Amino acid sequence: MNNFPETCATKQLNSVTTGHGTAITEIPTSLRPNRSGKKNRLSVDMALSHVFETPVSGFNFENSTRNILLENVLDEGKTKAPKPLKTGTTIAGVVYKNGVVLGADTRATSSEVVADKTCAKIHYIAPNIYCCGAGTAADTEKTTDLLSSNLTIFSMNSGRNPRVVMAANILQDILFRYRGMIGANLILGGVDCTGNHLYRVGPFGSMDKVPYLAMGSGDLAAMGILEDRFKVNMEVEEAKTLVCDAIHAGIMTDLGSGNNIDLCIITRRGVDYIRPYQESEYKQRRQEKYKYKPGTTPVLTENIVPLELELVHEMVQTMETA
Amino acid sequence: MCCLVTARVRRLRCSCSSSIRDAAHVAHGVRNGNDSLTPLAQTTIMAVEFDGGVVIGADSRTTTGAYIANRVTDKLTPIHERIFCCRSGSAADTQAISDAVTYQLGFHSIELDEPPLVQTAANLFREMCYRYREELMAGIIVAGWDKRRGGQVYTVPVGGMLTRQPVSVGGSGSSYIYGYVDSNYRAHMSKEECLQFTAQALSLAMERDGSSGGVVRLAVISEHGVERRVVAGNQLPSFSAI
Repeated sequence: MNNFPETCATKQLNSVTTGHGTAITEIPTSLRPNRSGKKNRLSVDMALSHVFETPVSGFNFENSTRNILLENVLDEGKTKAPKPLKTGTTIAGVVYKNGVVLGADTRATSSEVVADKTCAKIHYIAPNIYCCGAGTAADTEKTTDLLSSNLTIFSMNSGRNPRVVMAANILQDILFRYRGMIGANLILGGVDCTGNHLYRVGPFGSMDKVPYLAMGSGDLAAMGILEDRFKVNMEVEEAKTLVCDAIHAGIMTDLGSGNNIDLCIITRRGVDYIRPYQESEYKQRRQEKYKYKPGTTPVLTENIVPLELELVHEMVQTMETA
Repeated sequence: MCCLVTARVRRLRCSCSSSIRDAAHVAHGVRNGNDSLTPLAQTTIMAVEFDGGVVIGADSRTTTGAYIANRVTDKLTPIHERIFCCRSGSAADTQAISDAVTYQLGFHSIELDEPPLVQTAANLFREMCYRYREELMAGIIVAGWDKRRGGQVYTVPVGGMLTRQPVSVGGSGSSYIYGYVDSNYRAHMSKEECLQFTAQALSLAMERDGSSGGVVRLAVISEHGVERRVVAGNQLPSFSAI
C-alpha cells in the first residue's frame, strides 16, 4: 500500500512519529483533514504532488489541523508539536532632543529554557531607522528583513533616504494583510528629514505614534519607569539612562527577559549601536580551577600493546608552491 | 505608495475556510482568536452638527485587554480637508479602513476637481464596513462640512448601516450618555455651546466607562477650516460630588 508518492505532508509525519517507534508512512483515513469522503486516498495524494496547483493566497492551515488531530490521537495527547521560539522580551524606545534611543534585553526563550543569551532584538531597517521586535522571533526577523529590503529598493529607485513613517506604513500593510497571524510587536524608531519619530506597530496592523514606548512581556515594569521619568527634549545621557533603567526593570520583574541590555542611539549624524550596553550582573565567574592534578587517580596495572603496522604503499605528490 | 493601500483593501477578503480557520485558532492559541487581545478603541466618540459646521470629539484610550496600550490616542482621523472620521472598535481595522477611504476619496476629489461631499465619504465607509462586515469590527462616525449641505454627521456602526443624524454618539462609553445627550441636545446651538455639550458628554462617559479615558480631543470643522483642541484630564468638567 506504499505505492503513492511521498508528499511533503507524509515526510513531516514520519519525523513526528519515528521518535516513538511507530513507522507510519501513510496517513490513516480517520486522521485526514476534512475532505470529501468520496475520493479515494490515492487520488487525493496524487493531487498534492503530481498535479501542479496554483498556490492559494494567504496561509495554508492544513498542517495545523493535522497536528491537532495527531496530538489527540497518538499517545493520548502526550505528543506535542514543537513550539515556536518566542522572545519573551522587554523592549523600549524614547524620543529625546537630538534623536531616538531604542533599548532591548537579549534573552530568547524556548518554553522554560533560555535558548539564546545574546539574541539581537534591535534590527537594522535603514541607515537611519532601527526596529525592536517582540513576539515570535522568526516573525520579527523576517518581517524586518522584508521591510529593510523594500526600503533599500525604494532608496535606490528614488534617490531619497527612507522616512520612518514609510517604514511604519509598510509594516502596517504587511501585518494587517495577515490578520494577526504574524506575531510581531514592533517598535520602530528613527531620524529623518522631518524629525525624530517613534512608532509602535501591533501584530494586527495597528499603529501608534508616541514619544516613549515599551513592549514585550516585561513592558509593564518598563512602562512604569518611563511614565515616571520621561521628559520632553531630554539630553542623550539622560535618555540612555532612562531606557537602560526601563529595560533593567523589565529584566528584574519578568522571567522571559534577561541577560544583557542593548542600546541603539539614532541621531541625524549617525547610529551608535552599543551591544552590549550593560552586561548581566548575575553572571557567575568560575571561583576555582576544576582540573584534577595528575596522579589523583592511582594506576593499578599498566599493559602496553605495540601496534604492528606494515607500510603498504607510499606516494609522494609535490605541491606547486610557486 | 497608493498601490500598497489598495493591496490592503484587496486583502480584506479573507480566503481561508472557517473550519480550517477555527482549527488554526486552536493551534495558534488564544492570541489570534480572542478579540480581547487585539488593541481595541473601546471608546466614546461623538459628533454634533451646528449651523455652519460640526463639532467632533473622542476620548484617547486604546486598550489591549486590561492594559492601556496608548493613553493619548488620536481617534479623530482626517479623511479629507474638511471631512473627519471618529474611530471606534478594532484599532487595526479602523486604521486600515480610514487609510483606504482616504485614498479613494482623494482620488475621487482629484477626478472631480472639487472638494468631495461628506455623504460620499460616508458611503465609502459604509460600502467597506458592510461588504467586509464578517471580518471587520469597526464603528465609525463620519462628520464634516461641504458646500452643498453644510455641516453633516453620518454614523456607520458595526455591521455597516448608514444614517444621517444631527447628533451621534458611539463606542462602548456611549451607552452611559444616551440619556444626557437626548435630554440636553437642542437644535440650532452655537459653536461654543456644541463644544461645551460635547466635552461634558464625553467627560460623563469617561467617568463611568472603564474603556474610555485619558484626554478629550475636540475638533470643529467648518467652512473656515479645522480647529483642534485638547482638554486634559484634570481640566475636564466634573459633575457629581461622589
